[in-house]
Amino acid sequence: MVVPSLKLQDLIEEIRGAKTQAQEREVIQKECAHIRASFRDGDPVHRHRQLAKLLYVHMLGYPAHFGQMECLKLIASSRFTDKRVGYLGAMLLLDERHDAHLLITNSIKNDLSQGIQPVQGLALCTLSTMGSAEMCRDLAPEVEKLLLQPSPYVRKKAILTAVHMIRKVPELSSVFLPPCAQLLHERHHGILLGTITLITELCERSPAALRHFRKVVPQLVQILRTLVTTGYSTEHSISGVSDPFLQVQILRLLRILGRNHEDSSETMNDLLAQVATNTDTSRNAGNAVLFETVLTIMDIRSAAGLRVLAVNILGRFLLNSDRNIRYVALTSLLRLVQSDHSAVQRHRPTVVECLRETDASLSRRALELSLALVNSSNVRAMMQELQAFLESCPPDLRADCASGILLAAERFAPTKRWHIDTILHVLTTAGTHVQDDAVANLTQLIGGAQELHAYSVRRLYNALAENISQQPLVQVAAWCIGEYGDLLLAGNCEEIEPLQVDEEEVLALLEKVLQSHMSLPATRGYALTALMKLSTRLCGDNNRIRQVVSIYGSCLDVELQQRAVEYDTLFRKYDHMRAAILEKMPLVERDGPQADEEAKESKEAAQLSEAAPVPTEPQASQLLDLLDLLDGTSGDVQHPPPLDPSPGGALVHLLDLPCAPPSPAPIPDLKVFEREGVQLNLSFIRPPENPALLLITVTATNFSEGDVTHFICQAAVPKSLQLQLQAPSGNTVPARGGLPITQLFRILNPNKAPLRLKLRLTYNHFHQSVQEIFEVNNLPVESWQ
Amino acid sequence: MQFMLLFSRQGKLRLQKWYVPLSDKEKKKITRELVQTVLARKPKMCSFLEWRDLKIVYKRYASLYFCCAIEDQDNELITLEIIHRYVELLDKYFGSVCELDIIFNFEKAYFILDEFLLGGEVQETSKKNVLKAIEQADLLQESPKKTLSPIF
Repeated sequence: MVVPSLKLQDLIEEIRGAKTQAQEREVIQKECAHIRASFRDGDPVHRHRQLAKLLYVHMLGYPAHFGQMECLKLIASSRFTDKRVGYLGAMLLLDERHDAHLLITNSIKNDLSQGIQPVQGLALCTLSTMGSAEMCRDLAPEVEKLLLQPSPYVRKKAILTAVHMIRKVPELSSVFLPPCAQLLHERHHGILLGTITLITELCERSPAALRHFRKVVPQLVQILRTLVTTGYSTEHSISGVSDPFLQVQILRLLRILGRNHEDSSETMNDLLAQVATNTDTSRNAGNAVLFETVLTIMDIRSAAGLRVLAVNILGRFLLNSDRNIRYVALTSLLRLVQSDHSAVQRHRPTVVECLRETDASLSRRALELSLALVNSSNVRAMMQELQAFLESCPPDLRADCASGILLAAERFAPTKRWHIDTILHVLTTAGTHVQDDAVANLTQLIGGAQELHAYSVRRLYNALAENISQQPLVQVAAWCIGEYGDLLLAGNCEEIEPLQVDEEEVLALLEKVLQSHMSLPATRGYALTALMKLSTRLCGDNNRIRQVVSIYGSCLDVELQQRAVEYDTLFRKYDHMRAAILEKMPLVERDGPQADEEAKESKEAAQLSEAAPVPTEPQASQLLDLLDLLDGTSGDVQHPPPLDPSPGGALVHLLDLPCAPPSPAPIPDLKVFEREGVQLNLSFIRPPENPALLLITVTATNFSEGDVTHFICQAAVPKSLQLQLQAPSGNTVPARGGLPITQLFRILNPNKAPLRLKLRLTYNHFHQSVQEIFEVNNLPVESWQ
Repeated sequence: MQFMLLFSRQGKLRLQKWYVPLSDKEKKKITRELVQTVLARKPKMCSFLEWRDLKIVYKRYASLYFCCAIEDQDNELITLEIIHRYVELLDKYFGSVCELDIIFNFEKAYFILDEFLLGGEVQETSKKNVLKAIEQADLLQESPKKTLSPIF
């Protein structure tokens, strides 16, 4: 007895009626069993219905692979109903991973050539959705024929199918390039749109095609002009804007054709100005066109006035009540801030307003943009805004905001005191989110500003007294109190209110830090050393200090214990040397080789706490000789210092200064690599104060159409030289001249041996991974002699 | 466009159109993660977000989320128009469309989409033409013996 199969809608009804997941599963499994049986029996009449039901449960996440063959049968049927569902099934269930997918090639071929438009439409649609490279190769001739058929319905689909085919099989470009010229004369919007999409795809893939199509720029300009001025038709318009889809596509193609090409850019200049000024911006459709226009203006060789117009449009977008528009404005301005800095600066107030956005993705962009807009003339005002933002911003933006502020402060600080104040404020507001080098930088800064020692120590003391939980702040404060405790107690400081601090209070505070469970081991180290230093700075007797030191002699933390024992010994056996050893630290230089200087000048030897994480691949053999230059000189281990600002400073220095040290070098730059628009450049500097040192800045740029990601550069030099790679500025180079990656190599070559350099690059480009290993030729002689 | 997903407020998938080849497992993973991400967005947030290396454009219409994944060089604002146009087409076809229409007639939803987009690109910018094509196809389905008028 044959049980009539459920109708699709009834099945859906039943599934939705299930009260629990288990019930649903039961219904579906039962039905799938029926469907399987039906497939086995080969019932042609209901096959389409069975497959439709199967597709429904597939969408709910249930397996449907046993329907794949049925798709084939349905596609081969002559009934349109069958084909419709069969092709849908093919698009949903078959893909290039299954060998079965090739079996529909023949059916598609037949359907393409039998002249019933809806059927041809189905075949083309399926081909362009899931057609594999083999299928595309096989069916290219059929699709080519359809390009020039009379029916626009089929032609527009054939054109877009060609786009898909080229994506799968780039060699097919030669087949589909010739028809484009003729297709561009069509009036039908669908055909025109498809053709422009096709031309865009061809140009993006081949520089030769790009050159070829430059000659249609005038024609494109004309099409767009007609569309904008007289092309108003209700059929294609949205909110009074003529076919915005077509406009956007034309603008995009113009962008590609006009890039780096003066003549083409000139030809489109007027039209772009016209579109930019006349497009109705009351609704999203108009703004979409305007946005694309702006992108095009900024990417081609447009006149200066036009560029300013474009930036101003973005500025207006920033004031738009629609936050989507604000979003694209912020993103675009961010891309332009380097190349058109002064134009973007004009919109600084609006950008700063956007910091108050409630949507985190907008405020993040506003933050990035604001940081990029800080310069020496607006630094005070900007910092105020940014610091206010820091206090109220969402937690995931804190770290970026804090480091952004610190970086900007470093570059543009008008006075040292302002700088110290700023850093102090960041440490108090967002101390846990600052990077490790903040401590080093601040101590360096304070150390160097002799006139501000009293001020600094006073402020830090106050801050510390209020709150000992923010570790970076505590560390700096402890160090400062240790170094300048005498100034603290002296009580006089013109810059802030006089405060009478007595010795016992200071010692108590440091002890509190030492004992607090919130203090990290490093922090305790700072505190202990600070206490020790105070033994020479304070007037009173040192019993309290001696007590603390001796207690910590049995501390469980080995580092702390060691220090305490050593300090204790200092008290007991070497008291005559104590004053000399605990003298104020001289300022250490940030740049240049610290190694020798530290060993000689500083009484406390260099220690590389967080200087360790210089990124390196653990490769075998040749590649990285990451020699930690500063390591070898830590001779005097008896008094390991709590801090060494320089190594952290020099290494991380690179993260904010993407270029090599500023002193210009007469050695010419060298281009060492080029592949598909990706270039690698070396620039050389020999610092005069150290003849053995060579600094190479490696810059990776990308002028191709595709982004470069996961970029890693490794190097090797002959054994007689020492190489140190600093951290690169990033590992992505956006397409079309996006922000380059820079990386600094430090090479020590004391014997003036001939320099040889081998480089290994790995990166992803155009969805392929690239690996290149090569030796750099033509290294200038001046780099090593 | 790389793919378009339609899902309900409870995260139930109502339509999935993939324009890039991915395994079933990958599709499921992407769907799960993206649905979660989009559903977590607050109502006042903007319609765009960055996810993996793609740009996601989404818009909610009544109880359905329409979610598209586009590439870096694609225009987000026009994608919003694409979504809106698709909704309009569904609306015209079903007569004041609601989620139930799309649930019970999911194949139709796919057919309509396939007349509007092809291979991830817009193929027809005239609403009239799209609806006419669907009408013709429906007619052909009902009475296969009838000869078709050319759909221009």
